[in-house]
This record gives sequence, C-alpha cells and structure tokens, in this order.
Amino acid sequence: MSTAFLSSWKVRIGLGILALFCLLAVFGPWLAQSLLGLDPRANDTSLIAQPPSGEHLLGTNQFGQDVLAQVIAGARGSMYVGVLGAVVGTAMAILIGVPAGYYGGRVDGALNFLTNLFLVLPALPLILIVTGYLQGTGLTTIALIIGFFGWSGGARTLRAQALSIANRDFVRAMRMLGERGRRLVFAEVLPHLTGLIASMFLHAMIGAVMAEAGLAFLGISDSSAISWGTMIQSAQQQSAVLRGLWWWFVPPGLCIALIGTAAALVNFGVDELANPKLRAARPVRVRKARRPARAGGRAR
Amino acid sequence: MGFYLAAAWSAITLNFFLPRLMPGDPSAAIVDKLQRVSGQQLAPSALESIQKVFGNPDANLGRQYLDYLVQLAHLDLGTSISNYPTPVSDLLWQGLPWTLLLVGTTTVVAFVLGTGIGAVAGWKAGGRFDTVISPLTTFVSAIPYFWMALVGLWLFGFLLGWFPLSGGYDADLPIGLSPSFLLSVLHYGVLPAATIVFSAFGGWLLGMRNMTVTTVREDYVLLAQAKGLSGRRVLLRYAARNAVLPNFTGFALALGHVVGGALLTEVVFNYPGVGYLLFTSLQQRDYPVMQGVFFLIMLTVLLANLLADSVYALVDPRIREGG
Repeated sequence: MSTAFLSSWKVRIGLGILALFCLLAVFGPWLAQSLLGLDPRANDTSLIAQPPSGEHLLGTNQFGQDVLAQVIAGARGSMYVGVLGAVVGTAMAILIGVPAGYYGGRVDGALNFLTNLFLVLPALPLILIVTGYLQGTGLTTIALIIGFFGWSGGARTLRAQALSIANRDFVRAMRMLGERGRRLVFAEVLPHLTGLIASMFLHAMIGAVMAEAGLAFLGISDSSAISWGTMIQSAQQQSAVLRGLWWWFVPPGLCIALIGTAAALVNFGVDELANPKLRAARPVRVRKARRPARAGGRAR
Repeated sequence: MGFYLAAAWSAITLNFFLPRLMPGDPSAAIVDKLQRVSGQQLAPSALESIQKVFGNPDANLGRQYLDYLVQLAHLDLGTSISNYPTPVSDLLWQGLPWTLLLVGTTTVVAFVLGTGIGAVAGWKAGGRFDTVISPLTTFVSAIPYFWMALVGLWLFGFLLGWFPLSGGYDADLPIGLSPSFLLSVLHYGVLPAATIVFSAFGGWLLGMRNMTVTTVREDYVLLAQAKGLSGRRVLLRYAARNAVLPNFTGFALALGHVVGGALLTEVVFNYPGVGYLLFTSLQQRDYPVMQGVFFLIMLTVLLANLLADSVYALVDPRIREGG
C-alpha cells in the first residue's frame, strides 16, 4: 500500500520534479559557486541587462547580476518559505482539525468556529495588512505568517475525516478498553490520516511558494534575500516589462509554475488512487458502459 | 446567520486591534511625516488636533474601541492620511466601480467558460479532448497569477502594442459616459480581464470535470442513456445539472472575492480600483485607508458566504433536511 501510489506515472513525474527542486534548494548555491563559477550577488557593471548568451545563459539583470545564478539561489529562498509555511500550516490544521472531529461537542464548537472564521477571512489582504504593520520582514517571518493564515481549509478536511474515524469500531473498542483520549488521537487516529496529510502538505507548500512570490511582488519581503518572488519584484520595479527584459522575469515564474504542476500531478495521482470513480475514467470502460445504452435507444 | 454576525464582529475587532498591536499608529505616522517635511518639532497644539482626527494612541483602549464602533455604525471610515482631507469612504467609492466592473465580469465569464468546458471534458473523460485539455489546464493553473499578467503585459502590451501598458482609461479624455471614454475603458480593460479569465477558468474546469466524471457513473445517468435520450440531453439535463452544484457554491464565494481578489491585477496594470488603493495605502502607511479597504473586502466576503449558504439550500434539497 505504501508504495502503491508510485505506480502512477503522474505521481512519479511529479515527485521527480519536486525532488529535483529540493536538491537545487540544498545544493544549488554550492553548485552555482564552485561548478559554474557564478555568484548571484556579484554585479558586473559592464554587463547590464544583457540578453541570454553563451557567457550568461539566462542573461543579466539591470544590476549586471547573472540571472541563472539568481534563479538557482532563489530556489533556496522560495523552497524554504514553501516548506516552512507548509509545516506551520499543516501542523495547525492537524492540531485544530483532528481534535475538533474526534472530540465533538464543545471542543468541536469552539475549534470549528475558529476554522470557519479563518476560512472566510480574506487571506491575502489580511496577510498584506499584517505584514504592512510589521514593517521589515525576513523570509522566516513571511513563512510563519503564510502558515498561520493558511491552515483553515486543511483543518476542515481533517475534521471531517477524524469525525468518521472516531466512530469506527476499532476506536470505540480502544476507548472502551480505557485508552486515554490524547494518545488515541495521536497514535491511533492520526496514522489513518497520513495520506491525506501528505497531500495537504504538498498543496500547502506550493501555496506558500506562490504566496511568497505574490507578497514579494507587492513589495512585502526581505529585499536582501533572493527568492523567485523578490526576483520578479525587482524586475517589476526596474520596469523590466516596459523595457522588454523578458529573461529577467520569465525564468523565476516558470520555476514556480513547474513546481505547481508537479505538486498537482502528485495530487492527481493520489486522488485517482483514493477515488476509484476518477480512476475508472478511462476511455475503454466508458465505451463499454455506453454501448448497451445506445443500442437500447435505437431499439426503441 | 449567527456565525456570520460573530464572524463580522471578530473581523471588525481584529481590524481595530491589529494596528494597535503593531508598531506604529496613524497619528504617529502623520506626525512623523509632518516633522520630516518641516524639519522641526510639532507644536503641542498641532499634535493635539492631529490626535483628534486620527486617534490618540494613549487614550483608554475601551473608549477607543467604542468610538470606533460608533464611527463604523455611521459608515464613517475615517480620513485618509496621504490624501488628507479626503474621507476614506470617498476613496472607496471612487475605486469600487472599476473593481466591480473588471472583476465582476471576469468572474462570471471564467465561471461559465470553465464549467462548460469542464463538463465536456468530464463527459468523455480519458477521451482525446480530455487528455489534451486537462493537463494543459493543470499547468495553467499552477502559474502564479501576477507573473502571467506580467508576461501578458510584455507580450500584448510591449511587443505587439495591442493594449495600453497601465491605467484604467485614457487620461486625456474627460471622465463620463461619452462613447469615446467608454471605448477607452474597454480598450484598457481587455488585457487585465483576459489575464483574470485565463488564470481563473482552470479551477472551474478541473472541478467541473471531476464532478462530471463522478456523476456520469450514477445510476440515473445510466438510466437516462438507457432510455435512449441524446447524449447532449443527458449531459445537460442529468449529469451536468447535478455536477454543477459544488461549483455553484464556489461561484457565490468567488463573487465575495470580487472586491479583494483583483489586488494583484490592479497592481500589475495600475488599474484604478480598490485593490490598487489598498496597495498604495500600504506603501504610504495610510492606516485609515488600509482599515477601510479591509472592512469593505471582509464585508463582501461575509455577505457572499451567507448568500452561498442560502443559495445552496435552495438548489440542493438534500442540504435542507440536515437543517
């Protein structure tokens, strides 16, 4: 069961791309420095806003910095926010959603209200205003804020799942045996939700990467940090669009889109495994199901 | 209903306390600004009158909170700092029509387009159309919106020169209902609208596709087919009609994000709506405007949620029974 999902080509391709970007985030800066001899921060004032060439594969930006080196370095910043934001968001979703579903009653009432509240509050404007008041933020703060405002959807799903598990026989039996509530929740109920939580984590990760990019674009980020978001933002600020410096803002956006697609592929594959109706959506079976229907229609 | 009242109260309270928990407050901001411009300390009398207009941070918190609630009840959202002495509500009224027009239209178009194509893709899931359109849509919806808008601006605005690069209307024309002005609004609006539709319809498409795939397998659809009804009729009257229900709630919720959702669009295109107003107020630390915009956004979101709940009970009788 634990390796069954690897049989889907969607999952394999998706995980492959994600792994590649994770490796890039970990080893990228070292790779760029020592292997390619590129420094993302080095400004070469003699080479300002150069289009891609053999020397600079992705060209240079307005400050004479190598865009390829920046994209590689940006992977670390963006993935860091993505992973940290997803960890915080998923942890909060678990801590709030699972007890709400398991205990029910007054605990559920309070936690569910909190979840619904965060669900309806418009996240982006709220994050924007909070970070606006904070003035001056690092990547870590941004990741924490993104996680803090991004758990409600997951909590709702987990609540529903925990609710159904709490009513299953094995949980009832263990409760009757005198097992303590907290241990039951975390040692018995939670393991049944790992698949769901993993896919939620992926979702949250790409969500955080995108949110960071969006916030950076709106000028809320640490301008000294390099992430794909800050790259696009500085391109925007130097009017790269109006001057046609496409090689500056196209690559970082493509990287985000690629990660997003990879995460979506994995989720697709997992969904198809979990929901047989989606998996059965293959042309052969559809035709088989429909032919008798048509024949019946003609006969009448 | 109770939840929405409680949520509205929580959001209003949050809107009150956030600025007070964070460093910096409106009065301090404007005092700071004035001192920087004039280069000297403010007279105590000036300080006092500023605090009268923008609130005294040292006043009793409960008292401030009450004042704030009374103000809100009168729909008084305060005075803008950067556009002093324009009331915040005036600024909102100026931006709102632009946002409603742009995002309202595109939300409807994206919903109709996405749901329609999604139903067709899900009807013959695994077919030729589905295998091309679904992965393509997945990729499109993974693109960060503002980046796609930038690329669109670069392609169609800069390279091809088909559309203006920023703004919501031709600034040389007088604002009014004249044909030439309306035409310029249309011309300026096409590119932002197209980017919104392009980025939003994928979500509707995939949702509708998956729901259609599921409903197509239901017995009543099989029965309809067995009765010999045409495929089109079965799809429209039986499968799609039920598959569209979850999308319908989504649509009502999306309407709630009309005011706040266009933030990035309006920033990319310098479009004169509410989102752009929030962006500029943020940059200028115009706290009353920030609070006002957030209040408006939150109000529409809550109303839309209420609407979504009621509409869903109307279109799906199964919900009603649960109470």
